[in-house]
Amino acid sequence: MEDMYHMDSAMSTQQDAKISARGVNVFYGDKHAIKDVSVEIADKTVTAFIGPSGCGKSTFLRCINRMNDTIDIARVTGTILIDGEDISDPRVDPVQLRAKVGMVFQKPNPFPKSIYDNVAYGPKIHGLARNKSDLDDIVERALRRGAIWDEVKDRLSEPGTGLSGGQQQRLCIARAVATEPEILLMDEPCSALDPIATAQIEELIDELRQSYSVVIVTHSMQQAARVSQKTAFFHLGNMVEYDTTDKIFTNPEDPRTESYISGRIG
Amino acid sequence: MTDPTTATPVPGNGHRGTSLLIKDNRTRRRNAAERRFRIYGIIAISIAMLALAGLLSSVLINGSSAFRQTFITMDIYLDPAKLDKNGNRNIEEIAKVSTFGYAPLIRSAFEKVFEEDNIGVAGLTPKDAAELISPEGAAQLRRYVLAHPGQIGENVTFSFLAGGRIDGYYKGRVTMASAKLDSNVSPAQLELADQLKEAGVLRTKFNWGFLTNADASENRPEAAGLGVAILGSLYMMMVVLVLALPIGVAASIYLEEFAPRNRWTDIIEVNIANLAAVPSIVFGILGLAIFINFAGLPKSAPIVGGLVLTLMTLPTIIIATRASLKAVPPSIRSAALGVGASRMQTVFHHVLPLALPGILTGAIIGLAQALGETAPLLLIGMVAFVREFPAAPPEGLFDPASALPVQIYNWTQRADPAFVERAQGAIITLLVFLLIMNTVAIILRRRFERRW
Repeated sequence: MEDMYHMDSAMSTQQDAKISARGVNVFYGDKHAIKDVSVEIADKTVTAFIGPSGCGKSTFLRCINRMNDTIDIARVTGTILIDGEDISDPRVDPVQLRAKVGMVFQKPNPFPKSIYDNVAYGPKIHGLARNKSDLDDIVERALRRGAIWDEVKDRLSEPGTGLSGGQQQRLCIARAVATEPEILLMDEPCSALDPIATAQIEELIDELRQSYSVVIVTHSMQQAARVSQKTAFFHLGNMVEYDTTDKIFTNPEDPRTESYISGRIG
Repeated sequence: MTDPTTATPVPGNGHRGTSLLIKDNRTRRRNAAERRFRIYGIIAISIAMLALAGLLSSVLINGSSAFRQTFITMDIYLDPAKLDKNGNRNIEEIAKVSTFGYAPLIRSAFEKVFEEDNIGVAGLTPKDAAELISPEGAAQLRRYVLAHPGQIGENVTFSFLAGGRIDGYYKGRVTMASAKLDSNVSPAQLELADQLKEAGVLRTKFNWGFLTNADASENRPEAAGLGVAILGSLYMMMVVLVLALPIGVAASIYLEEFAPRNRWTDIIEVNIANLAAVPSIVFGILGLAIFINFAGLPKSAPIVGGLVLTLMTLPTIIIATRASLKAVPPSIRSAALGVGASRMQTVFHHVLPLALPGILTGAIIGLAQALGETAPLLLIGMVAFVREFPAAPPEGLFDPASALPVQIYNWTQRADPAFVERAQGAIITLLVFLLIMNTVAIILRRRFERRW
């Protein structure tokens, strides 16, 4: 695992962008949801997508692990490269892609199974564990990374749905990291949580930055400012501005960004 | 029904400054409307409950007597002189004695009872007395002797069914007055029956035969039972379960989880809904044309009935299964797809277990519907009079059999009033089966239900 880690970082310094989207358009039936978005997302950074509701930030996020494939009427054009490989290439299996690009959803959605099974499911179907003790290790490591191990280590066989909202969301993060992804997509992971749980998740996101490229969609500008290094502002399906978080929040170039940041639109 | 909120609003600040302790007109009308609506609801429920209570009590009152039957217990001397004239106990020779040959044994048994217990009605010969016993009695004797030829020459105690009229006498169907006009029974015979009852020879007890016997002919209603019908229904349910459940569930999983949404799937969807609304008799015609005339399967066979009922049940199962698959929250699918499960893994590991209680409930309700279905079975010949029990499956699926609802229909067509109680008793049996199935459905749902 350590070796892979070094190899990854070597590769990412070499070509610097982990995800690179070029001219991405998304259509939902007749609706043009994403208009010609190009963006380069670096490894080991937290990138935030902000913007008013319905601006397409979640839609764009779902392009990165091809979750839009599961919607019949959605059509995606343009190219998205991960480590220089086109994910829409017919040779790419979306299942394999999603093992590499983990996702955490808006609403905590643990499986109605035990906490252990929730985390173990991904490694099991991807064949990451050779035996039971291997799997136990993976589950423990994932739960530790999800910063929830101490709370659940004594009740791994209890249902994941019995946890509190914040714990459920951390369980979902643990489930996402259990498959050893390289990229972690988070679609408004804190929108259903109270401030304390939100703070825990944000702390966790900051830690996850050490090993993953994290892309987070958020409604809350404060959250974007707190957790991210880079921020992209979406408006009506366009990506208006993309820069370092500091720059976006202190000195935005586009007047639309400025009015959103200052609370005039959105 | 008028909704006061649609009335013209009171101009100005009508409610301002008024006391909360006094109801204004508007509030009063609103409350009255609500009260009225509640009363309508209670009336509707009461009507439904009354109808149900009336139906059930009528069936129970008329039908419960089918489960009790009058029996006459007698010692029969299996006279070798009559049954085995050559005395060599050759089973083939014994078999040559027809049921008529056994009637004298019953007659002499009555003679013995008359002598020993000092019973008798003036002018009633032992031959007349023997008519108290169902014609089934002699047949029962013959079956026993053929099964146990070694018992010839011994005294054996038998419990014979009393004749339909005698049984009816103890169930209030036959009275002394009606017996005078009846060519099948005389008041003297009823008197004798009363004496036998006092002597303990004639007794009324629980009638297992009603559930285990085959159907009987027009003139011996007391021997008619539901055995063949229950077995036939059971076989058909087996066929339906084995065919309709996998086909229905597979079809719904494909339509709900895998099929693209396009014109073809729309057409299929509409047609499944239409199929569910097709009158069942149409399925009977279809079964007659396809399974019997075209495929050459035997008439009256549970396999054909099962196939027809499968066709009929499929839409129900598909609709129920699709509904319960739809009820699984999409977040579960996203979660599974998000960790890299394939579509099939998503469905079989996560969606299907959650939908299972709904699927099982739908399947059992479909089965219950099929169990009570009559019309299509009439068309494929299951209304025939079947005396022989079908063999064990799978061969038995091709033997002629009856079915519970058809047996009810069949018995209501018969002239003898004793069949009225039989038909009602069969209805009770059918309702008990349906009740059991619904209970199982509820238990399964409770058991597998999980929250998410």
